Amino acid sequence: MQFLKKLKRLKYYLEGYVNLITLKNKVLFMSNKHHQDITHIRKMMEGSTKFMSLSGLSGIFIGLYAIIGAILAYFIVQDHFIAYNGHIRITKDIIKQMFAIPLGVLLLSLATAYVLSKRKAKKQQFPFWNKTAKKMIINMAIPLAIGGIVVLGLIYHRYYILIPAATLLFYGLALINASHYTLKEIKGLGIVQSCIGLLSLFDLGYGIVYWAIGFGLMHIVYGIYIYFKYERIR
Amino acid sequence: MGKIDQINKAFESRVRLGIMSVLVVNDWVDYKEMKELLGVTDGNLASHISALEKKEFVTVRKAFIGKKPNTSYACTKKGKEAFEEHINALEKLIKGI
Repeated sequence: MQFLKKLKRLKYYLEGYVNLITLKNKVLFMSNKHHQDITHIRKMMEGSTKFMSLSGLSGIFIGLYAIIGAILAYFIVQDHFIAYNGHIRITKDIIKQMFAIPLGVLLLSLATAYVLSKRKAKKQQFPFWNKTAKKMIINMAIPLAIGGIVVLGLIYHRYYILIPAATLLFYGLALINASHYTLKEIKGLGIVQSCIGLLSLFDLGYGIVYWAIGFGLMHIVYGIYIYFKYERIR
Repeated sequence: MGKIDQINKAFESRVRLGIMSVLVVNDWVDYKEMKELLGVTDGNLASHISALEKKEFVTVRKAFIGKKPNTSYACTKKGKEAFEEHINALEKLIKGI
């Protein structure tokens, strides 16, 4: 009888223990569900107002293209035995090449950003082309278009030396403008690009170097940051 | 148990949570856009929307763009308040554990 009593008591304790565990699991499960709910709410709020599919990986590629472009440009300038420090005797040939490189880099960059962002959107199960994507593109295009016309004006007046600064400045402003409708990191990148543009304005003659830092290095740095923050963990 | 009272049954489903999240940060969102954002089927979205509409959390506007019918949704003041309360309750619950 003593033994049976003991067994009963043990059973009682065990049941209590099991109950406690299920309760704990239930609480944990609920908290986990609430946590997921909050994550879902945040994702939907951001996804419906911002273009979240901007690819960090494409930033890394774009930076690489820019650096390769800068190295090419540097060698072309070197080949013509002239230092690019302002008083260059510019031949038609060199102008053509110096315009072909950035244009090629630009087209390649746009294509890469398009393809990789589309892929990211698919992974995130977000629509790629919707209102927010349009808003981001328009907000980016306005300062860029004005900057483009400014550059054309500089070409017209043969102030070639100001072109690197102008492109960096307007690109930076375009990014700051577009950042309201996409990842918040883009604002930082825009400010950095504008500052590099300002620096190059006061340090004329090293346009290629500033281009390589701004369009090259900074894209790679931000690309890696965005890639690790948003893309790798999934 | 005051905290649990504020957890609104109307927002228990993921889809409804999504609908409200999208609507509180946007003015008017049309049907197609909502469907794409949430990644749900037609019937699924319609039933959840009508449930929210019944509770007067969401208003529906039916209009024509050219000849195509276009339905869009917005969040009512009541819906916004209820949703905010729900989020606050969720947050408290998570912090409390």
